[in-house]
Amino acid sequence: MDTLLPIQDRGGPAQPLLLATGLRKHFPVAGGLFGRTTKVVRAVDDLTLSVAKGETLGVVGESGCGKSTVARLLIRLLKPDKGTMVLDGDPVDEPHGITVNELRRQVQMVFQDSYASLNPRLTIAETLAFAPRAHGLPAAEARERVHDLLSKVGLDPANYATRYPHELSGGQRQRVNIARALALRPRLIILDEAVSALDKSVEAQVLNMLVDLKTELDLTYVFISHDLNVVQYLSDRVLVMYLGKIVELGPVEAIYGNPQHPYTRALLSARPSMDPRKRTHEAPIQGDPPNPIDPPSGCRFRTRCPFAEDVCARVEPPLADAKFQAVACHMRVAGSGHSKAMAA
Amino acid sequence: MTNMLQVRDLHVTFVTPDRTVHAVNGVSFDLARGETLGILGESGSGKSVTLRSILRLHPEHRTRWSGSIKLEGDEILDMAPRALSDLRGQRVSMIFQEPATAFDPVFTIGQQIAETVRRHTGKSQTESMKRAKDLLEMVRIPSPAQRLKAYPHEMSGGMRQRAMIALALSCNPTLLLADEPTTALDATVQIQVLLLIRELQREFNLGVIFVTHDIGVAVEVSDRIGVMYAGKLVEMAPVERMVDAPQHPYSRGLLASTVHDGMRGQRLESIPGAPPDLAEVPSGCSFAPRCKFVRPDCTAAVPSLRDVEAAHAVRCVLAA
Ligand SMILES: Nc1ncnc2c1ncn2[C@@H]1O[C@H](COP(=O)(O)OP(=O)(O)OP(=O)(O)O)[C@@H](O)[C@H]1O
Ligand SMILES: Nc1ncnc2c1ncn2[C@@H]1O[C@H](COP(=O)(O)OP(=O)(O)OP(=O)(O)O)[C@@H](O)[C@H]1O
Ligand code: SF4
Ligand code: SF4
Ligand SMILES: [Mg+2]
Ligand SMILES: [Mg+2]
Repeated sequence: MDTLLPIQDRGGPAQPLLLATGLRKHFPVAGGLFGRTTKVVRAVDDLTLSVAKGETLGVVGESGCGKSTVARLLIRLLKPDKGTMVLDGDPVDEPHGITVNELRRQVQMVFQDSYASLNPRLTIAETLAFAPRAHGLPAAEARERVHDLLSKVGLDPANYATRYPHELSGGQRQRVNIARALALRPRLIILDEAVSALDKSVEAQVLNMLVDLKTELDLTYVFISHDLNVVQYLSDRVLVMYLGKIVELGPVEAIYGNPQHPYTRALLSARPSMDPRKRTHEAPIQGDPPNPIDPPSGCRFRTRCPFAEDVCARVEPPLADAKFQAVACHMRVAGSGHSKAMAA
Repeated sequence: MTNMLQVRDLHVTFVTPDRTVHAVNGVSFDLARGETLGILGESGSGKSVTLRSILRLHPEHRTRWSGSIKLEGDEILDMAPRALSDLRGQRVSMIFQEPATAFDPVFTIGQQIAETVRRHTGKSQTESMKRAKDLLEMVRIPSPAQRLKAYPHEMSGGMRQRAMIALALSCNPTLLLADEPTTALDATVQIQVLLLIRELQREFNLGVIFVTHDIGVAVEVSDRIGVMYAGKLVEMAPVERMVDAPQHPYSRGLLASTVHDGMRGQRLESIPGAPPDLAEVPSGCSFAPRCKFVRPDCTAAVPSLRDVEAAHAVRCVLAA
């Protein structure tokens, strides 16, 4: 551990790299006229997901649906109210498992705001050397690693090592953030809107780089974005969230080619057309997503769903296996009582 | 179609004690009544500065201008304060990415729209409030009578954006300036607002200039698209033409590097490097340092904006 070598896989390739079960995070917020009553934002509710070795898991959903909360739970920047996590067979933060510090060495995160996440008073080299030094890497080796990291993200060390964050463009700063995430040789990188603030021509550079690094360093990604096109481009599997819940999860081809959940369908057809001859003529759904404080009972999407029926308000639909993907909708649950469901 | 707006060789430079920014360097275009012009470009390319120039919203003391902006024949860059205030209140309206800049948090939506109506038409309080309600209805806000009493923070992002559009249309403008009005909205809400803007544009025969960095959004709303780079329009074409056959190497790169359906597994085309610093006036093609077709005459002088066919102009030495 002291020499910071790459970590070998433990259980075989079939054992998930990360398995999170029943994760829940509610935030209390002041409510009522004088802030006396306490209400709860149900940011993430009983969410179970696994990340396979070597895959890219895309996470999509609208603002406030809980994507960043999931990310912060996965690297334990937030402690879950409930739920467990297992990293390649080792329970996290449990007596016989690995510590949160060990988790954070193996799982790293890159945020959207490339400027806020870099210390303005440190040079790029100092920023990149910080974590390896803190983990006991000798100065000379750390310097070598910094050069190696900068080259990996396409920044010439001779030119960039001694610069400060304000001397870089947004795309260059995001490359530095990615280099920093790589500094401890992690296995999993969580990218939370990591390319969202970049201009398209620069975004393409960074996406190409992420693809290359993944192969070169055997990485696994969780790629969070509100940009459905970018998620489609990069992901092997895609998870769709709505108000703190998973509504659909499956291989990218199934989610984009044959979406089953009414929300996934709406989200996909809300994408602006790239063809002026095929402009959108009708919005797929009306209204805004509701407030995650006091979300609707039963299916949280029911207030905007064109297929909502009584059962949708009464019963929460389980995330159930359909043919190629898992879907949380009563129409897909045999015998649910929804008129479009098959009989049990 | 007659041109309502004519912009000619617009230059805008900001001068502050510690730096000079040549934000707009010779922009010219026309806009017809009832037409939507999309202006597409990356961050810092001068889209907002161009748009704000039409209302002369820049800090007067540290902005240097030259060129001409004529609205229905009136020169905006020479307007006296009185005419300028009429321009802003009655002829041209603007909507922004962040509706918080349009509304005062301490008054209700109804009070603010009614006040604008009263100021510009001299209608009574009651009549103005009735007009405010009609406006909310027009932008398809459900239960408009109740919504009049809401404070801005009590509305969802999409509703606030609709209310801002209602406010912008309250004085019957002929020209609507839209600066990324849907960028902060969620996907399912963005498309609703885009469709609303398109409908209202038709209904009132508005001229619209719609600034965005999102090609899909520009394609949904625009009749023509202008691509900006480093303070200049580098290409202008009808929307179909821009999508099918962009000519400028930058427009081509921008379209090719935008990820869309069916690109999975392919390597993305990207433009190396980053846009130039605008501290100096460019002496040649600003895109030259990033252009794979660069040749000596690109940097000798600024290439002119040349017509390659009707309504399609390109600023590149290769354009023919
Ligand atoms: N520390 C906190 N305290 C209170 N509420 C919070 C906190 N962090 C997040 N929330 C709320 O939890 C919900 C989920 O937020 P989260 O940031 O996870 O959403 P997101 O999907 O990442 O959204 P975006 O696309 O806007 O980044 C939101 O309603 C948010 O306001
Ligand atoms: N009032 C000002 N004073 C000084 N510089 C300014 C001012 N307004 C804009 N600029 C500069 O002018 C340049 C063009 O800015 P502009 O806001 O037009 O870009 P934009 O194309 O709208 O970009 P974005 O997509 O980020 O909104 C930038 O370098 C910006 O920093
Ligand atoms: S469970 Fe009901 S409300 Fe929810 S998505 Fe399915 S049909 Fe719509
Ligand atoms: S003028 Fe020259 S450098 Fe500029 S875009 Fe055309 S070919 Fe490229
Ligand atoms: Mg987020
Ligand atoms: Mg702008």
